[in-house]
Amino acid sequence: MAKYMLLIYGNEQEWAAMTAEETQRLDDGHAAFVAAAGSAVLSSHQLEPGATATTLHGDLAGRATPTDGPFLETKEGLGGYYVVEASDLDRALALAQLLPELKMAHCAVEVRPLVDVG
Amino acid sequence: MLAATVHYTRDLDLAEECVQDAYAQALQTWGRRTPVPARPGAWLTSVARNRALDRMRRASVLRRALPLLVVDEAVPGPEEGVEAPVDDDRLRLIFTCCHPALSRDAQVALTLRLLCGLSTVEVARAFLVQETTMAARITRAKKKISAARIPYRVPAREELPERVDAVLEVLHLVFTTGHAAPVGESLIRRDLVDGAIGLARVMHVLLPQNGEVAGLLALMLLIDSRRETRVGADGRLLLLAEQDRSRWDTDQINEGVALLVESLRRQPPGRYAVQAAIAAVHAESPSWADTDWAEIVALYDVLRSLWPSPVVDLNRAVALGMRDGPEAGLAALEPLLDVPAMATYGYLSAARADFLRRLQRWAEAEAAYEEALALTGNEVERAFLAGRLREIRDHV
Repeated sequence: MAKYMLLIYGNEQEWAAMTAEETQRLDDGHAAFVAAAGSAVLSSHQLEPGATATTLHGDLAGRATPTDGPFLETKEGLGGYYVVEASDLDRALALAQLLPELKMAHCAVEVRPLVDVG
Repeated sequence: MLAATVHYTRDLDLAEECVQDAYAQALQTWGRRTPVPARPGAWLTSVARNRALDRMRRASVLRRALPLLVVDEAVPGPEEGVEAPVDDDRLRLIFTCCHPALSRDAQVALTLRLLCGLSTVEVARAFLVQETTMAARITRAKKKISAARIPYRVPAREELPERVDAVLEVLHLVFTTGHAAPVGESLIRRDLVDGAIGLARVMHVLLPQNGEVAGLLALMLLIDSRRETRVGADGRLLLLAEQDRSRWDTDQINEGVALLVESLRRQPPGRYAVQAAIAAVHAESPSWADTDWAEIVALYDVLRSLWPSPVVDLNRAVALGMRDGPEAGLAALEPLLDVPAMATYGYLSAARADFLRRLQRWAEAEAAYEEALALTGNEVERAFLAGRLREIRDHV
């Protein structure tokens, strides 16, 4: 088995503009995803918006300066992630396809293998 | 052979090395110490496989033996010593190389490298990129196959339509690249054309019901049937109008037409079947003068609805010019001059040049031929265009 991270990207403004009903529908979608994925889900979190992020930039001497905001400043941001276990990429993609964000035009899901250290 | 070895090693790089070793061993021993075996392919495969097993055993670290290429256990491999009607390993390798998680560039490069057996230098030449660029592209793709665990298997039935599309597009690209090589001294790269036809045949054995697979194979066979007549004795490019039709390969035409009929019977035609139908109209026409241009224009209209592309529009305009005269053809080409993708497409200039020449608009024809000449890197095509340009200049 291999591990994959499913990174859920989308437009932060559109996420913020969702109505209570739409938010509920999205939450229900994730509940359904977790139910369908079962033990394949190893961990998962939703992220606060990029504006709440602080980024540390280091210099050659090892001193780090904190700056406000995410590393990449774009309209699109990382909204949350799942770490799942799957036997191969096709299975991981099939799982990712169950995510409710894939019904939203502004979202995309990146499937990235984790380095196998075992 | 490579595919069968990959089945054992599940590691593309290791399999490639072992197959090369097997060839080296054959070169050294066959005909000298031992006679050439009755089934050289089987001999080479088993040497490569044994070599791979040996290498993996010696690499005793468990990690090395861990499957790097994921093999779907549900699909059993061919049994030892039994020759399966469909070369399963080869098919798995086709689908792995053309997996949608790889970029189209990577799909084509891997197919050429691993299935058509081209060297990295040759793949780079075929696509006009530096060898180092191509080597990096191939390495990156192989790394993705192993790190992301792209499975080494024929996709499940429900995934097939989408996967087959990618494979057919890659095979079509390999074929067209071989049919009119973008660079080099010869017009045709036989290795690419034969590789593409061979792989299309493998696909057709796997998916006899798929009309598009049959359509693509038909298209390749019909176009390739003219190979002996495309270049004259003096090395000059011969257009369809000038080719000696008696030297077209009738067996190949008959096979292509039969496949096309089979394809059309199965389902509403797809883009390859329609292109094959156009090729068949040419193949079955007794002469250039008798070509049914109305039929060809109608087929291009169907093709345009299935597969809109400026190249299809260009070909349709040329056919229209043949049906209704050069004035009409030139008018149909006009809108393509503003399409950015066509800005460096030499065949557009060449098509305009030909209509202008037939309209005796010499100065404009001269400019168009010069443009076409500047846009092709193939020597045979260059020679053809330069010849036309000389004729035009007598009139200017």
